[in-house]
Order: sequence, then structure tokens, then C-alpha cells
Amino acid sequence: MTVSSTASTAIGVEAVGARDRSAAETRQDNLFRWMLFGAAAVVLIVLGGAALSMLWGGRLAFQTFGWRFIVSDEWDPVGRHFGAFVPIYGTLASSAIAMLIAVPVSFGIALFLTEIAPGWLQAPIAAAIELLAGIPSIIYGMWGLFSFVPFMSDYVLPWINDHLGPVPWIGVLFRGPPLGIGMLTAGIVLGIMVIPFISSVMCDVFRTVPAALKESAYALGSTTWEVVWKVVLPYTRSAVVGGIFLGLGRALGETMAVTFVLGNAHQLSASLLMPGNSIAATIANEFTEADSDLYLSSLIALGFLLFVVTLIVLAIARLMLSNLARREGR
Amino acid sequence: MQSPRSLIFRRRASNVISKLLGTAATLFGLSWLIWILIVTLLNGARALSPRIFTEITPPPGSDGGLANALVGSTLMSLLGVLIGAPLGIAAGTYLAEFAERRPVWRESVRFVNDILLSAPSIVLGLFVYTIYVRQVGHFSGVAGAIALGLIVLPVVVRTTDETLRLVPNMMREAALSLGIPRWKVTVQVLYRAALPGILTGVLLGLARITGETAPLLFTALNNQFWSADLNGPTASVPVVIFQFAMSPYDAWHSLAWAGAFVVTMVVLVLSVGARAYLLKNRMDENA
Repeated sequence: MTVSSTASTAIGVEAVGARDRSAAETRQDNLFRWMLFGAAAVVLIVLGGAALSMLWGGRLAFQTFGWRFIVSDEWDPVGRHFGAFVPIYGTLASSAIAMLIAVPVSFGIALFLTEIAPGWLQAPIAAAIELLAGIPSIIYGMWGLFSFVPFMSDYVLPWINDHLGPVPWIGVLFRGPPLGIGMLTAGIVLGIMVIPFISSVMCDVFRTVPAALKESAYALGSTTWEVVWKVVLPYTRSAVVGGIFLGLGRALGETMAVTFVLGNAHQLSASLLMPGNSIAATIANEFTEADSDLYLSSLIALGFLLFVVTLIVLAIARLMLSNLARREGR
Repeated sequence: MQSPRSLIFRRRASNVISKLLGTAATLFGLSWLIWILIVTLLNGARALSPRIFTEITPPPGSDGGLANALVGSTLMSLLGVLIGAPLGIAAGTYLAEFAERRPVWRESVRFVNDILLSAPSIVLGLFVYTIYVRQVGHFSGVAGAIALGLIVLPVVVRTTDETLRLVPNMMREAALSLGIPRWKVTVQVLYRAALPGILTGVLLGLARITGETAPLLFTALNNQFWSADLNGPTASVPVVIFQFAMSPYDAWHSLAWAGAFVVTMVVLVLSVGARAYLLKNRMDENA
């Protein structure tokens, strides 16, 4: 701003009417700046507006049921009683399974890409893993329903039933009919979907570790594993946690793939082999069937809960990631 | 006291094991990619026929195509990009070029944009439903396009912001020293330098909404018939896939696979193409 106006006056001193032109240019500049400012404000408005509009849309459900909306497990469209505990539990449980799978695998992939793979192999493999993130959710859903579910029910689930079912304490999680559709399958598909997000963050932050630190450890005789575990990981800890939360945020809100393989059953069961429901899947499945204001409002209220939870998770992720950026002096 | 020999053996063993596990994890990740692509492409190729592009979605149990869904998807995606991309480019330009005196404001917009980037798309669909569909009183392709535009927005904001920040300051100073007003510097100099990056962002945004399903369920809904009217319910390929794949009819399953094939190919071409384009431009600059 200042630069441009002083520059244009300096050049136009002798010219007649230069002051008018400079004034016009300042006006144009201000107009341009305000237009851009407005566009940036839209970003904030979308986020705030989404939260508020869903709170407004869900007010009927919140008013009617209060806290029981979250703790009650009775979802009865006919009796007009809506308690969201089953979908909330489903979202949390499937995301937990997803993280149990995705975190170690993503760490392994990051380890491979930053320390093990030869240079020429790194870029193509990183690109292939990233392609996993590009595949649309609906494709995961179709593949899941027609390919992965039969695979689970034919091979994996019977084995799990036989070998993990009789184990005391945790056995109850793994007993049930091998339907294929269910919490465990949904969790695994979710895990695959978030692997690329977590591993790409891990790769990026592992590469920011100063070479001097790693080389010092190598000079003391450390093995590659010791360098990664005792130098790289502690150095990047907060960003790694940030990457994990980023993946968790994705897993919580994932809709279509889960809708295909989770089974859309409003029942609570201890077994991970049984069908269940998640917040996003409930909304996707039942939205067009909602025949009363209370039903619709309950679904929007569910969306509000999902939004608030993912917002918190993603905000933590971003804060954790920005810590590392600041330390780097970026 | 441990003998030094067994200690070094243990350290070496854990090193080898960790490397093996890392390699195994990578193969594990890649195997899913291959499995998903093979299943989708094989089943899709089997279901593909010229009728997909010429006939509309059939009633249960009979044959047909996806023509209306393809047209609906194309129109809504293009309109979505037309809504999201200009807004995103403007907001990204503001963050990179015009907010230097308001760092707190700038960083909060960046923060919120990053959150929006990974926010569940289903929530954006519900947002558009409550503020648009409910007020207008009917589902429409326009509402679907708005929801898709909101998904494109953060992608373009981020890439525009990042690319503009990579443009060397010398260019700004050289242009400003000629007395050119700042908006002209931005539009005629900086945008030209940053064009490949911005275009990549727009293409990635387009790739992202191509397979997007959840937000369309509450906005564009679906339409069994021919309709070029975006002000009414509009069919889209992902929603048709969802409906047909969940049905018990074989003919519908086969159409769903054909749709999945088309969507996957478009997404792959767009995302791989966008990255290759960016890479080529970076190389040209370095050369």
C-alpha cells in the first residue's frame, strides 16, 4: 500500500493530473483489498455458520431430550424417541480400531520412506501411498462391501472367533457370527483410509530433524532403529501426535465407506463382529427417511455433535503441528 | 552383568527387525491400494458399455445407463469449482499478500482454513441443507454445487496462499518500483508467476469433489430422469453408486461398478495429472 502510493506520486510529480490518477489507484487498491478480505472472511463464516446452523437445526432434539440424547441408547423413529448413544459409541469404537491399525503402520511407512528405502524408491512409493488418500470414500465403500466383507467373513472372522474368542477378558469382543459386516471391518477400512494422512505427516516431520542430531547419534554407534526411536521420534513428538490427531479427525467424520460396511444397526453389542452404527452413517442412511421434525432435528443434532468433536480433534492436531513449525523458525 | 557380545547382538537384532517391520508396513499399505484398484477396475471394465453414456438410470431390475448422473455430476462439479475456486484464490491472495499488518487475524484464518480442509464433508452438506435447501423448500443441483464449492474452497485457499508465498519478493519490488498499483501487481505479475500452483490447487479440489457423496445426499438428492434443470433434484454418479450398490439387483450392481470405474479413472487422472503438471513446471523453472 504505502510503497505503491509513494512510488506512483514520485513518478507522476511533473505530470498534470497525476494526483487524480494516484487517488484513483488508491481507491482501486482499497476496493481490491476489501474484496479479498471479504473472501477470507467467508472461510471463517463457513466454519462458524456450519456450527451455529446445526446447533439451531438440532435445537428441537436437544430441548426435547436434553442429556438423554447423548446417553440413551434407544433410537426409535416410530415412537419418536431418539438417543444417540449407539452411533456415538460406533463412531468412537470404529475410529479407535482404525487408529490402532493406522498409527503403527504409518510409523512403519515413515520409517521405511525416510530411513530404509533407497533414494530412487522414495518418491514413487510416497506417491502411491498418497494415492490411497485420493481414492474417493464411495469406492472404499463398494470395494469394502463386495470384496473385503466376503474376505473377512470367509477367512478372517472364523479364525478370530476360534482363536481370540475363548481368551478371557477380551474374548467377548471377538465372539459372534462371521457376518463380515460390522465394527471390526469398518475399523479396518477406516484405518486404511487414514494411513496416508498420518504417514505423510510423519514423513514430513521426520525429514525436518537436523542432520547434525542424527549424525551425532550415529557417530556414537547407534543403529538406525536407535536413532529413529531415541532421536528422531522425541524431536518430532508433538508433530507426530498432531499427525495422529489429523488422522483421527478424518476417521471420526468418514461417512460413505463406513455406511457400506458397518451394517446400520441401532443396537449395542460388546462384540466387534456385530453390526453397529456411526454418527455419519446414521445421518447418511436415515436423512431422507426422516418423516418428523423431531427425527430430522435429531439427525442434525447428531451432525452438530460430530462437528464439535472433529473440530476439537483437528484444532489440537493443528496446534501440535504448528509447534514444530515455530521451532523450525518458519 | 550382561556380556557385551549379547548386547550388541540384541541391538543389531532389534535394528533388523524394525527395518523388516517398516518394509512390511509399506507393503501392507501398498497391497490395499493394489487390491482396491484391481477390484474396481476389473469389475468396472466388465460392466462398462456404450449404453452407460447414452441411457439414463433404469428402474429396478432393468438395464440402462448413467447418462443423467454423469451430466449431473459434471454440471455440479463445474459449478462447484466456479463457486469455490474464485473465492479460494481471493482468500489465499489476501492471506499471502494483503494481511501483513494483521498477523493474528491472518493466522486465525489459516488455522480455520486448515480445520475446514479436514472437516467431515457430511457436515458441510448439513450446513447447506439448513441454510439453503430448507429456506428454498426443495432439493436442488445448485445446493449440491454450493456444498461442493465449500469443499473446494479450503483446498484452493491453501495452495494459493502457499504458492504466492513462494514467489520471490524481487518480483513484487520490481513491479511496485514502476509505480504499478498493488492490485495490478497481484493480478498481472504475481498470478502469472503462481499460475501453475494455483491451477494445481483447483485441479486437486476438482479431484476431491468428483467422488464426493455425503454432502450431495442432503442437497442435490437424486433424480431418476433426465434433467438439465439445476434448480431441481439432480442425479450424480456417486449418489447413484450408493443407491445401486446397496440394492439387491444385479443390473444395478453392475451399473454401480461402471460408475465406480468412471469416478476412479477421473480422480486418478486429475490428481496424478495435477501433480505431474506442477512437477514439470517446477523442473522447468529450475532448469
